[in-house]
Amino acid sequence: MDNKISSVGKVQTQSFESKETLILESGEQLESLEMIFETYGNLNPERTNAILVCHALSGSHHSAGYYEDPDERKGWWDSLIGPGKAIDTDKYFVVSPNNLGGCHGTTGPASIDPKTQEIYGPDFPMVTVSDWVNCQALLADHLGIKVWHSVIGGSLGGMQALNWSIIYPDRIRKAIVIAAAPKLSAQNIAFNEVARQAIITDSDYQDGYYLKAGKSPKRGLRLARMVGHITYLSDEAMRDKFGRELKEDKLNFGYGAEFEVESYLRYQGDVFSESFDANTYLLMTKLLDYFDPADKCDGSLVKAFEPIKAQVMVVSFTSDWRFSPERSKEISDALLEANKNVSYLEIESTHGHDSFLFSEDRYVRAIKAFLGSGQ
Amino acid sequence: MSTLSVIEKWVEVRSKVLDLGCGNGNILSELQKTKDINGLGVEIEEKNIEECLLQNINVLEQNIDDGLINFSNDSFDVVILSQTIQVLKNPDTALEEITRIGKTCIVTIPNFGHWRSRLSLLLNGRMPVTSPLPESWHATPNIHLCTLKDFEMLCSELLISIEERVTVNSNNQSKWYLDIWPNLFSASAIYKISK
Repeated sequence: MDNKISSVGKVQTQSFESKETLILESGEQLESLEMIFETYGNLNPERTNAILVCHALSGSHHSAGYYEDPDERKGWWDSLIGPGKAIDTDKYFVVSPNNLGGCHGTTGPASIDPKTQEIYGPDFPMVTVSDWVNCQALLADHLGIKVWHSVIGGSLGGMQALNWSIIYPDRIRKAIVIAAAPKLSAQNIAFNEVARQAIITDSDYQDGYYLKAGKSPKRGLRLARMVGHITYLSDEAMRDKFGRELKEDKLNFGYGAEFEVESYLRYQGDVFSESFDANTYLLMTKLLDYFDPADKCDGSLVKAFEPIKAQVMVVSFTSDWRFSPERSKEISDALLEANKNVSYLEIESTHGHDSFLFSEDRYVRAIKAFLGSGQ
Repeated sequence: MSTLSVIEKWVEVRSKVLDLGCGNGNILSELQKTKDINGLGVEIEEKNIEECLLQNINVLEQNIDDGLINFSNDSFDVVILSQTIQVLKNPDTALEEITRIGKTCIVTIPNFGHWRSRLSLLLNGRMPVTSPLPESWHATPNIHLCTLKDFEMLCSELLISIEERVTVNSNNQSKWYLDIWPNLFSASAIYKISK
């Protein structure tokens, strides 16, 4: 297959402001909203080729291309979005926002509360996946997109794609729900809770008012990321990547980073804690924990899926244990039971939950085929 | 009349059709065109699954041998099991399952009682290798081959009724003379069954 390395190139961040009061699922209100996003490719005159890409926990609006240096700060889904790639920017107009509560420019805990003129911090209202989808709908209105050709996302992004098809059945033709789950398991919530506790118990957290105090709970955020990161990889991927490799060729009988895997996790934690906002991390893990579309329908996912009109493709990866293929099957089976247009693929991959970020051949072909058919 | 046109004749307009072991989705695609059906395929071959997606056919990656419990009773008007039963681990379970899921089922089977197979075994003393069944005994995915008689006896044991049967020759055409001695002359048969 033609696996050409092509990029959307240099990209620019755009912004959209809504002055309408936004009523959140929790009942709380936001008076205004600024949303940061990027777009790739061109919107056709009929406005029928727009694809919404939804980011996952800790993701951002920067999903493809680069800013200055082509080798630095590439978009998180650059492997899949671009000319000739799975999400082909020669054909589609891709919209990639930073979600509400994020820390990359969209209104979030680090923004100024217009009411108090202070940083929101921990007082930023709790948001849900439905709130995210509603904000994305405002962005679609702003861009003049009535109906998405497709909404696509992996992990928490997949949950948004699924929610889009439930909440706005007439505004979405296709949904690709990748490495997702219909709701978090107790184990999933447990990992999120460890991450939250790491942050909250960091003395620099300052009850969430760390920005005001000129501090940052970096140790907590770093730990949270390290724990999270383990759940994104598979045992096999870690064995292949690090094994028991030592940084030096002997044991030091100490607590320094001796094994390669230790130094990798520390590095990942360091980078993350420098660039991500702790309150946003807390918020997004909670948003994940709350996701459960069946909850509003007496626990029935089949009932929750009743409004869906979109064609849905559910994709899972064999080595994913965070949201295993069984979890994707739950979604696919409920769609089947609800008599919806569903396809299900279980892709062989060793990268664990992170597989959705890699351009594995079969995965790329499937996305291309699904997006391109029936036009 | 070809196998496909027989299937077409038996499927009503706008019905809900499940094709188990749907291959590249050709039957469903054809039925979508001619009968405006609402189709779903089940397949395990990666290449076939991709072909289905390209043809805009809904397809589930699922191994029939692992069970079909995710399909509820009478949830499809028609279930098709075409040239698939012979590769399954448990053909009897599969027949019970498809008649549970579909109001009507269409099963096509290669006939191991065809005169070519019989002659080949008789004269060569080796497991027959014929054009419809081209693999040698150790390499074939066809682990549960049967004759028309065998299939019909299994249906009767499982209390499944055979509503219609059309036999075809190795060119996939139904001919009047095949029914003189179907179990000897026909290369394949298409059954309409239900429970």
